[in-house]
Amino acid sequence: MIAASVFDLPSYVQHSYLGLLGEQLEVSLGATLGGLLVSLPIGQACARWRLLYPPVLGLVTVAYSIPSLALFVFLIDYTGITDTTLFIALALYSLCILVPGVVDGIRTVPPEVKLAADAMGYGPARRYFQVELPIAAPTIMAAVRVATVSSISLMSIGAVIGNLGGFGQLFTTGLRSFNLSLVWLGLFSLVVLALLCDVLLRLAQRLMTPWADRRSARA
Amino acid sequence: MISFERVTKRYPDGTVAVNELSFTAPDGAITVLVGPSGCGKTTSLRMVNRLIEPTEGRIAIDGTDVRARPAAELRRSIGYVIQHAGLFPHRTIVDNITTVPRLLGTDRRTARNRAHELMELVGLDPALAKRYPYQLSGGQQQRVGVARALAADPPVLLMDEPFSAVDPIVRKGLQEEFLRIQGEVAKTILFVTHDIDEAIKLGDKIAVLREGGVLAQFASPDRLLAEPADDFVEQFLGRDRGIRRLTFYPSAGLSLQEGPVVAADTPAPSARDAALSAGTPWLLIVDADRRPLGWANPAALPDQGPIGNARLIGYGHAFVPGSDSLRAALDAAVLSPTGWAVGTDGNGQVLGVISQESIGSAIRAAHAQSSTERERADEKAAAADAAPDSGTAAEADEPSAADSAGSEAPPSDEAPLEQAR
Repeated sequence: MIAASVFDLPSYVQHSYLGLLGEQLEVSLGATLGGLLVSLPIGQACARWRLLYPPVLGLVTVAYSIPSLALFVFLIDYTGITDTTLFIALALYSLCILVPGVVDGIRTVPPEVKLAADAMGYGPARRYFQVELPIAAPTIMAAVRVATVSSISLMSIGAVIGNLGGFGQLFTTGLRSFNLSLVWLGLFSLVVLALLCDVLLRLAQRLMTPWADRRSARA
Repeated sequence: MISFERVTKRYPDGTVAVNELSFTAPDGAITVLVGPSGCGKTTSLRMVNRLIEPTEGRIAIDGTDVRARPAAELRRSIGYVIQHAGLFPHRTIVDNITTVPRLLGTDRRTARNRAHELMELVGLDPALAKRYPYQLSGGQQQRVGVARALAADPPVLLMDEPFSAVDPIVRKGLQEEFLRIQGEVAKTILFVTHDIDEAIKLGDKIAVLREGGVLAQFASPDRLLAEPADDFVEQFLGRDRGIRRLTFYPSAGLSLQEGPVVAADTPAPSARDAALSAGTPWLLIVDADRRPLGWANPAALPDQGPIGNARLIGYGHAFVPGSDSLRAALDAAVLSPTGWAVGTDGNGQVLGVISQESIGSAIRAAHAQSSTERERADEKAAAADAAPDSGTAAEADEPSAADSAGSEAPPSDEAPLEQAR
């Protein structure tokens, strides 16, 4: 069996392999990015006002514990059976990983560095973007990696509610048509994709933070 | 010139960190704020660049209230060095140093050239420019901290225990180099430390603060050691302030005796004659280059042969008249088992010897001279107070007010009450 035939999907699968890959990447990476954009201000606020953190952490954890099917059913009323429904659900789940990541990251900024930044004459916005965020980056990136992998695998559940869920659709159609090789292809693709994303993000993190002391290795 | 005018910092819970602090840090000089922890010295420093805002009073730099400008703009015009350097870990050394010039809009190339000059000034290898802070030792990081503070050439520098976090040997090196750099740049520096030795070593003026942020004394190091304003200052200075004060007296005036200095190849009998004619109980034996070898007792010399064969007693260390202080001379005499100090020139060649007693009388003479000088200065100050120029009356009053603040009760109404409770 040559490789091309594995990736040529039977006609009863409504997407091409590349179409599934595109959907998978778009939704899972997009949701992580969306989650990150929401987490940054929330995390910053939690790091600044310490009292805020426990309730916020409780809230995102509760959100994470909502069964995904229930969440889909709830969201379908508003966004229908679309990628948007998946996107919102995955972004919400990613908060549980990303918000603590951002808070921990901001807390890694040494107090004397913040003091020095103030004393040098940085304004609050400049200090945030040029000093705090870059220093928090390694910790935040570690959380982003976990969130990305988690989104990629969580997304398959979308196949249950319709022709969504990227490679997850290979599981549902494969099971319906008793085509086990489709299921294996889906599983293989997901694992490889998740590993690849993790490696690429790790590489990006290294390039972004050449200053990090590798001797005290971070997660 | 940085002037504190009755500056008070009171926190909402009623704690008074700084209480009616008034003094003036002169231009181009190092003014040290020193005191035990909780005396408000760091708070005072941070009020200058408005990291902390005073509750009452006014701080002015060259007569302009620090509140006249937006805080960020003010801070860019004031260098700031802190204990753990506080370098930006995500930026290279050169980018750390260029921080303030870049904030001020200097182009990258100009800023980098300046950074390289500064690295040279603070004694950093230019090869370190592209490194990150974690790759540097604590001492090197602190040098980068100083370079970063100097980058925009600010007239004023604030330093908050900059040398406390490094080991004593590195600290000593950094202090000496700091004095050398200050000799070149002549900034107006406000320097905070809890270490009185550091204060005396670095300060042109010293403000001693006591708990509750009250100024105990504001004086030059010499005067502080000579006339502590009260028991607190005296205790804070420690039991060896008399010895330490000798640091400020030069040893140039000491009259060294050459008579008891004899070469090692001198025959013993003529050496004994030399001791007799010099009238000293000891002979200093030197080698052919006139470097000291040790002391010999004339009474226990061998009957013949060169005197170098005699048993010699160690001389401790020598001092260099002119460049060393009376303290170094006295230390040399105290360390020497014979009680005599050896004076050498810069190359280590013996100039002569002097006894503890002679150094003692030189110390008494120096004390007498400095107290006459002080009296004369006080008379002059009193005369200036009595007939002030109408225009500069306020300014002329300030230093003397600060000087006397410690010896009299603080002018605040609350302080005596607090003490009574």
